[in-house]
Amino acid sequence: MSAPVPKSPVPESEEAAKARRRRSVAIALALGAFVILVFVVTLVRMGSHLPVQPY
Amino acid sequence: MTDTAALPTQGSAPQAAAPARWQDYVALLKPRVMSLVVFTALTGLVCARVPMNPVLAGVAVLCIAVGAGASASLNMWYDADIDAQMRRTRHRPVPSGRVQGADALALGIVLSLFSVGMMALAINLLAAGLLAFTIVFYAVVYTMWLKRSTPQNIVIGGLAGALPPVIGWAAASGSAPPNAWLLCAIIFLWTPPHFWALSLYTTSDYAKVGVPMMPVVRGAASTRRQILAYSVIFVAAALAPVLTGLGGAAYLAVSALGGLGFIALAVRLCFSRAGDAADERADGLYDVKPAAKHARNLFAFSILYLTALFAALLVERLLGPAVLRP
Repeated sequence: MSAPVPKSPVPESEEAAKARRRRSVAIALALGAFVILVFVVTLVRMGSHLPVQPY
Repeated sequence: MTDTAALPTQGSAPQAAAPARWQDYVALLKPRVMSLVVFTALTGLVCARVPMNPVLAGVAVLCIAVGAGASASLNMWYDADIDAQMRRTRHRPVPSGRVQGADALALGIVLSLFSVGMMALAINLLAAGLLAFTIVFYAVVYTMWLKRSTPQNIVIGGLAGALPPVIGWAAASGSAPPNAWLLCAIIFLWTPPHFWALSLYTTSDYAKVGVPMMPVVRGAASTRRQILAYSVIFVAAALAPVLTGLGGAAYLAVSALGGLGFIALAVRLCFSRAGDAADERADGLYDVKPAAKHARNLFAFSILYLTALFAALLVERLLGPAVLRP
């Protein structure tokens, strides 16, 4: 039994490659925003529970 | 569930198209609907009158907005088969083939988990629970069940669109008192006249895809009468915040004057021929035949009136009760 011949990949058009790159950038920005959001929320939540230091 | 719901094309892109842009994914979140959700949620949050860290208030509103977008994406995934056949929806990202159905589903699930999880961690469990209920109610109960099985679809399903002020109130105060549910009731009762007015001049589209909207099942005349009945109940509910102390003088003026206008438009619509067979020859969604203009007028005014009601509450709360309370 012979092994199936793999199909040659369809070359990606320039327009499709550009759109894919832009989507990747958007996902990266969204992930970055998520990290910053979690960081800020953590600071705010922790800040509200810190004991007041008498000086 | 109807046969239409089981079509193999459901959630899939029916045709090849240009590669997806990030704007197509934004369109999946129905930004215009999201803006109304954000506005009503913000009103609920402010009306709670509980001091809240502005960052956390922003996060709460963001979670509600993202949750609304998530349920919209799940809706577009599931309804791709019927969206492709209706003039109003055939250009949406999934039916037009720009976004794969599986991508819309994945986006909806990821954003649902994000919004509910962030609300639970950053705000409180009541707000997170209400948000989760809203997403499931819209995406599963309304989209997958009610929409294709009963003419009461938008009446019951309207609860999903009515809950954001309660979520906002719960986010600020950790509770959901009667006044929060009064805001919910106002949007809930606003939904039938709003959507049935729209469906009166898009009847042929809904009939074509087998969605049992009220004009398709009961006929235009019955729908016009029900719009009038719901309008009277809605306007009465819209006046109620004055009695409970939630609304002040400005709110009373807006709700009373706008309410009179709303009922007047509903009466005109009731005695018009909007939605009758003669109107269904319209070529496009906005190519409204003269008789259907009464339906379009009520549809447009309903958006203005609801916005004005919540804006009045918001302004009164932000300016302080001493300024505007009668």
